[in-house]
Amino acid sequence: MLKTFMRRAGKFAAIAAAGLVMSASVQAAEPIKIGSFLSVTGPASFLGDPELKTLQMYVDKINEDGGVLGRQLELIHYDDVGNASSARNFASRLIRSDQVDIIVGGSTTGATMAAVPLVEQAKVPFISLAGAVVITTPVKEWVFKTPQTDRMAAERILTDMKDRGFTKIGLISGTGGFGASGRKQTLDVAKDMGIEIVADETYSGSDTDMTAQLTNIRNTDGVQAVLNFGFGQGPAIVTRNYAQLGIKLPFYQSHGVASDSFLKLAGDSAEGLRLPASPLLVPNALPDSDPQKAVVQNYKSEYEARWDSKVSTFGGYAYDGLMLAVKAIEAAGSTDHAAVREALENIKGYVGVTGEFNMSPEDHNGLDADSFRILEVQNGDWKLID
Amino acid sequence: MLSEFLQYLFTGITIGATYALIALGFTLIYNASHVINFAQGEFLMIGGMTTVSLTAMGVPMLLAIILAVLLAGVFGILLQRFAIAPAKQADVVTLIIITIGASIFIRGLAQLVWGKEYHVMPNFSSDEPIRIFGAVLNSQSLWVLGIGAVLVVALVLFFTRTLIGKAILATSMNKEAARLVGIRTQLVLMLAFMVSALLGSIAGVVVAPITFTSYDIGIMLGLKGFVAAAIGGLGSGVGAVVGGLLLGVVEAMTAGYISSDYKDAVAFSMILVVLFFMPRGLFGAKVVERV
Amino acid sequence: MLNQFMQSRLRGLIVLAVILYTIPAFLSNPFHYDLATQMAIIAATVVGLNLLVGFAGQISLGHAGFFGLGAYFTGIMTGNYGWSAIPALVVGGILVGILAWVVGRPILRLKGHYLSMATLAVGFIIAIVINNESQITGGPDGMPVPPFDVFGWELSPFGSYSLFGIELNGSQAWYLFAAAVLLVAVWLAQNLIDSPIGRALRSVHGSEVAARVVGVNTARYKSLVFVISAIYASVMGGLYAHFQGFITPAVASFDFSIVLITMVVLGGMGSTMGVILGAVVLKLLPQVLTHFQEMEAVMFGLILMLTMIFMPKGLLPTLQMAVSKRLKKRAGGQA
Repeated sequence: MLKTFMRRAGKFAAIAAAGLVMSASVQAAEPIKIGSFLSVTGPASFLGDPELKTLQMYVDKINEDGGVLGRQLELIHYDDVGNASSARNFASRLIRSDQVDIIVGGSTTGATMAAVPLVEQAKVPFISLAGAVVITTPVKEWVFKTPQTDRMAAERILTDMKDRGFTKIGLISGTGGFGASGRKQTLDVAKDMGIEIVADETYSGSDTDMTAQLTNIRNTDGVQAVLNFGFGQGPAIVTRNYAQLGIKLPFYQSHGVASDSFLKLAGDSAEGLRLPASPLLVPNALPDSDPQKAVVQNYKSEYEARWDSKVSTFGGYAYDGLMLAVKAIEAAGSTDHAAVREALENIKGYVGVTGEFNMSPEDHNGLDADSFRILEVQNGDWKLID
Repeated sequence: MLSEFLQYLFTGITIGATYALIALGFTLIYNASHVINFAQGEFLMIGGMTTVSLTAMGVPMLLAIILAVLLAGVFGILLQRFAIAPAKQADVVTLIIITIGASIFIRGLAQLVWGKEYHVMPNFSSDEPIRIFGAVLNSQSLWVLGIGAVLVVALVLFFTRTLIGKAILATSMNKEAARLVGIRTQLVLMLAFMVSALLGSIAGVVVAPITFTSYDIGIMLGLKGFVAAAIGGLGSGVGAVVGGLLLGVVEAMTAGYISSDYKDAVAFSMILVVLFFMPRGLFGAKVVERV
Repeated sequence: MLNQFMQSRLRGLIVLAVILYTIPAFLSNPFHYDLATQMAIIAATVVGLNLLVGFAGQISLGHAGFFGLGAYFTGIMTGNYGWSAIPALVVGGILVGILAWVVGRPILRLKGHYLSMATLAVGFIIAIVINNESQITGGPDGMPVPPFDVFGWELSPFGSYSLFGIELNGSQAWYLFAAAVLLVAVWLAQNLIDSPIGRALRSVHGSEVAARVVGVNTARYKSLVFVISAIYASVMGGLYAHFQGFITPAVASFDFSIVLITMVVLGGMGSTMGVILGAVVLKLLPQVLTHFQEMEAVMFGLILMLTMIFMPKGLLPTLQMAVSKRLKKRAGGQA
């Protein structure tokens, strides 16, 4: 009963609002509906929060500049609290109830994958903001993603290790979706590259001390460097424990902690560690010839001016997601699902915050491992290593 | 070999002491009302987060800690007055659901006030870790252990030496009899919630430099505290302390010697082992059932 | 009169059936059917859990573990080993039942909150195993599950079907099926309540000592009802997996266990219709609260607290009491 009431009230409000809009500007076309479900609260809120802020901010900005195809954008977003079942329900709501034209969202791999069967069936273009390689490998017709895959991160890290002459490494990873998938890719890539993982430890998202696991790694024979794959506060605790134990081996983190808040949490302990990240963290260190420099600088200054908080790589995924959606709709000349999908698949040379996207029917991510830069923490700040 | 073992032991005892304090909080309220207070972890969060935000505003650390602990105490009283007391006709299970509602509510408020980020709290004393036989001990661990020990002693004195403490004990043993001898049981219940909140928030403050703190830190630590209380036999103070330390040490030893993947599973199976073989918990009180 | 009507179990079932099958008149798109289908499956789970809470006076803090185990067993067997859905649901239910017996039997000899602790532990262990054994379960990122099938006939939320000449889309067909499942679940539960076992159980809830004195083996009955409630959860978990098409370890999480027990208490412990209402309300609330954005958690916690403080017996029993009081008053006034 409540529901019917709500719906009636909603309809009434919609009609009333529509009336108002109609009287204001008679030709105003129907808005383009961008749907989004993000982990704005819950354990993955450090992903969803900047993502939502980015979407809100740029949807407003695009609307101020006249919209897309002469139509305004309308952002419809829900918070999945990091729960895959909620994500699926909200994806269902976006597709079937709100009837959105395109979905940009899915902060975590679990949330994304839970929505994929629905999206594929309903044939709605979907740009995911989550990392794991399974999202776009094998290619799913309607699913795209903007972050580099965790496999690329593993490749980038292990390449850097190999360049420095390390062939035996210790691995510690979180048991959450990001860490577990990252661990799997690292083990896989290491085999291909001839690097031996001599210690393999894990910690759960709720752990408050990883000294025991790190002690095991330190005491393993022949270990030359250590990699931590995980996100959230866990890697910051690992970093501090690493320093407390006085482990002198070179230390790597994944792109999961590529944000200034990580530096704040880990403090001095982070000194000297390396990680792969988008150039967003070091916008001014890029050479002027780098086409990404302007994009990254703009995004950073606009975001920080609007929200009064530090920009993070994760918000950048949402930026690229939204811009790719807009580009595709413009190229398609309509919001026809099939046409937009087709256009998305053929985007070439779009320079975003995360990297240069070259989509193709075989690659719905469009980035390569080189889009990751290796950064090192020096004097409490990020430094670009090349 | 020795250094490894010591390292795991230090890690385990530190976190175990925190679990023990949380478990004591559970035990207090459980004894006074048979309610499992699922908002226990939120007291921890209030302690840590208030201290962090007050120090950020320039309040000296010690004062910030005192204010934070007092604030948590107030929340404990409010929780009892406005959520538990009005529903006194309710089933124990209903009261438990009320505490779940309360914890979601408090966490929601905290998220509105303080945001979602994790925050750093500096160590109380030096950042320099202490080295013993090749193992490393965080100086903050000593604070955790020391303050934990002081609190336990204070609690023992409170329950054996003060009238209020004795009244709480009496009420937990037999509510009707206590009422007959003139103890105001609602007041006692309120005190139990307050003391439990004080304990929780102090735990939250001392452990924050090790674990960081955030609006949702109470979920995981609160749960582990409950597990510790269950291992020790819900309702026993000694059990809560031993259960907490044991849980911490077993977690660290499992992570070190067996498998970090399954260390939490080992912790939870301890509950089953204790229930199967020592049904009253390690130190569970002998319950005489009244007919 | 209304009270008498509500008490009559068969009529209760008929009322439920009428409600369930008129609901589609109010559903306007597949998303609504989606939600209604989930509500029906979760409600059936909660009806099972209510047997334990309402009639044996025990609470389970790990029912999502059984639900998740059922979901993953079905998912793995039908997805990787080519089983058909029905045998997977049955075997999963039996295995979970055995597990519940092994855990419940020794613990239910004890009086107190021990079952809640044991189930909490079992629930967590199940969730941890599902999370860690990623070769079989897909780990934290979850795994896809094939559609429900009977003798080669598939029921997919994306299919299209015709029933007595009426064209149905997959979402509608699933809802009709889930509603039928809920009716069967309620019917079974009521039969159990009215059986000699049920009477023995109610005596356990009344006074365990008295029951024991008159020769009722309380521990055995309590274990039995625990096993039955676990089997309910397992089978419903399996159906849920088929319906969703994708499951993650969240289905076995402690959070979800808490949601399930909350549904029981919110709706009204011991009242089968009440707990169904509890499931509907708790499933609907997050969808309604999306309007509150950042205030969502605060509102949810507040609503939960206030409802339980002012309606400690649960939604439906409190409403029923209010209605019957008013009727009595009116009858008194007329006389």
